[in-house]
Amino acid sequence: MEFSYEVKDSYAEVKADGRLNMVSAPKLREFVTDVIAGGSNRIVVNLENTAFMDSSGLGALIGCLKAARQAGGDLRIAAVQPQVNMVLKLTSMDKVLTAYATAEEAFSND
Amino acid sequence: MTRFWTRLVVVLTVLTGLNYIAWRWMASLNWEAWWIALPLVVAETYSLIDVMLFGMTVWKLKIRKGAPAPPHDATVDVFITTYNEDLDMVLTTALAAQKIRHPHSTWILDDGARPELKALAEQHGLGYVTRSGDWTKDLPRHAKAGNLNNALMVTHGEFLLILDADQIPEPDILEKTLGYFNNRRVALVQTPQYFSNVPADDPLGSQAPLFYGPIQQGKDGWNAAFFCGSNAILRREALMQLGLVGYVKETEKSIRRALAASRAAIKQARKSADMDSPLVAEVLDEVEAATREAQEEVDAGRPLSEVTYRVRRRVDAAVQTLVQADVAALQADLEEIAAMELAHVGESGVPVVADDAVQRMAARDWSPLGALESVQAVLDALTVERNDEAQPVMPLATISVTEDMATAMRMHAMGWESVYHHEILAYGLAPEDIATMLTQRLRWAQGTIQVLLRENPLVQKGLKLGQRLMYLATMWTYLSGFAAVIYFAAPIIYLLLGILPVSSLSWDFFIRFIPFMVVNQLLFAVAGRGIPTWRGQQYSLALFPTWIKACTTAARNVWFGRPLGFAVTPKARQSGGPSWSLIRPQIVVSVLLAVAAVVGIIRLATGLAEPLGTLVNVVWVVFDLVVMSILVRAVLYKGYEPAAEPANREEL
Repeated sequence: MEFSYEVKDSYAEVKADGRLNMVSAPKLREFVTDVIAGGSNRIVVNLENTAFMDSSGLGALIGCLKAARQAGGDLRIAAVQPQVNMVLKLTSMDKVLTAYATAEEAFSND
Repeated sequence: MTRFWTRLVVVLTVLTGLNYIAWRWMASLNWEAWWIALPLVVAETYSLIDVMLFGMTVWKLKIRKGAPAPPHDATVDVFITTYNEDLDMVLTTALAAQKIRHPHSTWILDDGARPELKALAEQHGLGYVTRSGDWTKDLPRHAKAGNLNNALMVTHGEFLLILDADQIPEPDILEKTLGYFNNRRVALVQTPQYFSNVPADDPLGSQAPLFYGPIQQGKDGWNAAFFCGSNAILRREALMQLGLVGYVKETEKSIRRALAASRAAIKQARKSADMDSPLVAEVLDEVEAATREAQEEVDAGRPLSEVTYRVRRRVDAAVQTLVQADVAALQADLEEIAAMELAHVGESGVPVVADDAVQRMAARDWSPLGALESVQAVLDALTVERNDEAQPVMPLATISVTEDMATAMRMHAMGWESVYHHEILAYGLAPEDIATMLTQRLRWAQGTIQVLLRENPLVQKGLKLGQRLMYLATMWTYLSGFAAVIYFAAPIIYLLLGILPVSSLSWDFFIRFIPFMVVNQLLFAVAGRGIPTWRGQQYSLALFPTWIKACTTAARNVWFGRPLGFAVTPKARQSGGPSWSLIRPQIVVSVLLAVAAVVGIIRLATGLAEPLGTLVNVVWVVFDLVVMSILVRAVLYKGYEPAAEPANREEL
């Protein structure tokens, strides 16, 4: 699992490459919390290279969403792969999170 | 072969039982004394259903032959939950847990946040977890469920072995159970709870050999063996999935509730607010429009984070306009003042409102909307952050003080499987005095009734019929307190007043009742395979005040939000002399029974009563008194004395 981020015009893009599972989930939470603390409260988690996600990974995303909202911003996800999409549906998390096609699109409407 | 005999006796029990109860309803009721006749037949029907559910349980008795070899790379966290138990006890358990052979990390989950325990943990290389900063004072703590949920966020083992602070595990507990998880659908393996500080005659009825035996094995056959809070292994993925599904459900529920309340809130705000100000009215219009749009979007199935984000943006913008106008007016006033008192302005010039003031004053905590409490409450609830809980994701159910059963039922509803492994792999400590024992039983009963009232297994989506009935079976037994009262009242009423709830005690009665009673006892004997079940039967009747209290307090809690009066079960013996006051209702009932028997015999001697009715009712009274006699021993019980028995535990 590898995390990286890049500050764009109106948001910060976080990439989580690899398998987002129970081992890496706490690390994602830490990573995003740091990005928010660094001053970006509009976060896009780009999942194009996230081949696998389990419930702990999704749980970490919720934790990050909460942190971003509390900082007055938002967290969105983009470029969801088929397995992740399945997990989103299975846990009904698709009722909460919109999966945007690309990171650029995520905040394009506001 | 045992299975054949068990099933045969089950069939016989059901047939004789239905035969008896059908006759009771249709041909035996003494309508002149309907006020006791009806309650009694209802109580008997209750008991028959109880027995039939038991029969259904043991019908599918599953005797497992042990788990396959565990995957050697399975990662495990061992959680030892503690709140206020003796440090020695916690450490003994933790060190035994450390010696479990399969690779694992051992964690003490200290809800008491005791520095001494932290130091001990560090000294012995044990993990130590307390509640994170998210669990602020104003948020519900959810006792043990909260403790476990908190720990789940900071650990990452694939499987979790949960141990109460007194449950000393065997080193092979994981080797013997992990293999069941080779089946990817298995989410839970429960092993028995056994207590090492209980004498052979078990005066407090601590061991539950029927439950951690035929009942759990039977439930296992229906894929409904459930989690009992300790000595169990859980799959993290299943728990987290429950947490996520619960998060979505709760979030949607609270958003819908807030939207439903929004119209009334805005109306109220319009009445109370400073309506002279067109700006405030405008903001309220904007809030109303935003919530209406949100309602449409939620109904259309738009993702909730989007919907709530949009509401917030819209309302924030409106509030900002309002503040901007106020600030502009303020600035104008300041300039006017400055112009009037030109001489006093001095070097600083005209005072200026700081640039970021608008933003700061429009922020949520200072927003003028804060004055409109009802509206603010609606807006605060329109979030996906679940601000009313310390963690958005709560894997263990928090709807009941017995989070274990509630969690297991949700797992089953999601399609996960469970296993009951019938082998003692941990040794715990039972309460050693009646006060503690009563607290513990009350808690279990309250929790079970809470689950029944909040998530009735009969209507939960995803459960199979067999699973629904298996959960119902356990809940059903806790309603027995009401039946017990009627069973005590009926003989007292007959012996004192000569009123019989049955139209006649004749051949018709005995020919139906006795076969049922005999087969019923046979069922327990066959299903229990020699397990001592008498103590359990005694307590299920004798603790009737506890069961009734559990039902009433749980109902008040669920329906009216009243507290349960919940207490943590103390693991150490409570001091003080015999506590007769704890069993006052039972003493009163016993005295009434005894007096009734004496009066009944006098009535018989004086020709006021007939022999058969008196005999049956006196036998009934004697049975009740024998059942209740266990409480005398329980009150007098002075705690476990290991010297009385060969030590069966290692160096403690």
